[in-house]
Amino acid sequence: MSSTSRPAREFDHMTITISHYLTVSALLFVIGVFGIFLNRKNVIVILMSVELILLAVNLNFVAFSAHLEDLVGQVFALFVLTVAAAEAAIGLAILVVFYRNRGSIAVEDVSMMKG
Amino acid sequence: MSADFLSQGLALSIPELILAAGAMVLLMVGVFVPADRANATVTGLAVALLIAALGWMLFIGGRGEAFAGAFVQDGFAVFMKALTLIGSVVALAMSVGFARAEKFDRFEFPVLIVLATLGMLLMVSANSLLTLYMGLELQSLALYVVAAINRDSVRSTEAGLKYFVLGALSSGMMLYGISLIYGFTGHVGFAEIAAALTGGERSIGVLFGLVFLIAGLAFKISAVPFHMWTPDVYEGAPTPVTAFFAAAPKMAAMAMFVRVVMDAFAPVTADWRQIVVFIAIASMLLGAFAAIGQRNIKRLMAYSSIGHMGYALVGLAAGTLVGVKGVMLYMAIYLVMTLGTFAFILAMRRKDEGNVENIDDLAGLSATNPVMATVLTIMMFSLAGIPPLAGFWAKWYVFLAAIEAGLYPLAIIGVLASVVGAYYYLRIIKLMWFDESVGGFLPVAAELRLVMGVSGLFVLGYVLIGGPIAATAEAAARTLF
Repeated sequence: MSSTSRPAREFDHMTITISHYLTVSALLFVIGVFGIFLNRKNVIVILMSVELILLAVNLNFVAFSAHLEDLVGQVFALFVLTVAAAEAAIGLAILVVFYRNRGSIAVEDVSMMKG
Repeated sequence: MSADFLSQGLALSIPELILAAGAMVLLMVGVFVPADRANATVTGLAVALLIAALGWMLFIGGRGEAFAGAFVQDGFAVFMKALTLIGSVVALAMSVGFARAEKFDRFEFPVLIVLATLGMLLMVSANSLLTLYMGLELQSLALYVVAAINRDSVRSTEAGLKYFVLGALSSGMMLYGISLIYGFTGHVGFAEIAAALTGGERSIGVLFGLVFLIAGLAFKISAVPFHMWTPDVYEGAPTPVTAFFAAAPKMAAMAMFVRVVMDAFAPVTADWRQIVVFIAIASMLLGAFAAIGQRNIKRLMAYSSIGHMGYALVGLAAGTLVGVKGVMLYMAIYLVMTLGTFAFILAMRRKDEGNVENIDDLAGLSATNPVMATVLTIMMFSLAGIPPLAGFWAKWYVFLAAIEAGLYPLAIIGVLASVVGAYYYLRIIKLMWFDESVGGFLPVAAELRLVMGVSGLFVLGYVLIGGPIAATAEAAARTLF
């Protein structure tokens, strides 16, 4: 990890621990969840938020896998990637048929049924 | 990784293999059979496949663990899988006439149901978080499409979209929980997680993970506060799809819920019990109060199912053998009641309006169609929990378990909620027997008559046949302990 060619500076001595990874992934996760709930514009943005959540989870898995020196986490991350691709395909397909019927993909127009 | 090891695993999972291979074959059949007969042919074959899987599992297949403990076929799994398969078979059989009348008779529908059922079987048998996730996603992805199967209808596609967005969110939360549990225990297998949690301090990370995991599970059984999708999806999806949603996925998700908390998290029972008690109370109360103002019978059934999941969770909150047995019997009885009710809803057809869904359309049904009115009366009394019908015994088992475990407030709130809930069931009965008639329904199709008859008899005669069923459930529940 340490670079030999450059003179050592302050941040070169900082090691990235598991808690740094967990913090980043927790932030990504929270941004994703808020993206779903606070977004009032477009369903596509919701799909992007879902992807963000899944990426946060993958970051967790890979970081834990390296930390625990156990391969299961990386295998799990591969499965999550595969499923995320299928999920995005199905989500977009449903969005297309919805658009054909409704003529809009604004979040406020997904409101035929209430109560 | 010897050949013996693999063949033993494959032998245990033959019911799943039947469905997986069968679904591929059905796709080919659907392509080569002429379009006008494709749906009927594929539906018939799909029902045969599901029954074959059920028969193999009950009469031929062995019991045990496979694939390094990732997959388990024990008594509990067999019981819950049998319920799931029965739910799928009946829902599929009930769909044929409706699909033709409403013009969504595409052969993809039965194939998707088979794939969803395959996912559910894997959920019930999952003994590791990875199997659980893969089974859950297979089921969910198929169900998203099934909800939007009537692709020319705004309401059906909107139901599919809502279900997809909220389902993807809940999968994400659940995965986040799984990743934390993996990180803080170092394992994904249920037995290993339980071993890691036994003795010693449980870390806050595991607790966080557990909360996220339970949030995802609660979404799948539509328990409060993750119930928001249920009324919209039930109302918007075509009625046979709603019947399927109310029957099979609930069985599998509840089985998965029970196995996760009773197996992997048994050492931290005190922690998850608080969460389960909270969602049980919230679901029972919301199910009782929110259903009161509903005019659409499918929407009413959605709130009713939220409430019933709350009652079933009362048994789980006890966390004992009696509690798990109570949950299993509750789910079995709920399956019969819900299939009977949806057979009735599917039979609500008028000559010029097609299928009607409003509760007011039931007014005076006893004058025009007394047999149908009688069946629905039995179902509603049973859903409300009036003795000596099956619904009463279901509640009896779970409240008994709660009281034995010392959860008196939970049991008392449950009984009070069921009193409030009785109001809207009784209102339907009053509407049918004491109001002015608004016209009868068309003659009922044979398969719907069969489902209504069998479920009506089951609910009426549960007092007589309940003993052996309860004994079976108890023997099956014992395999979890």
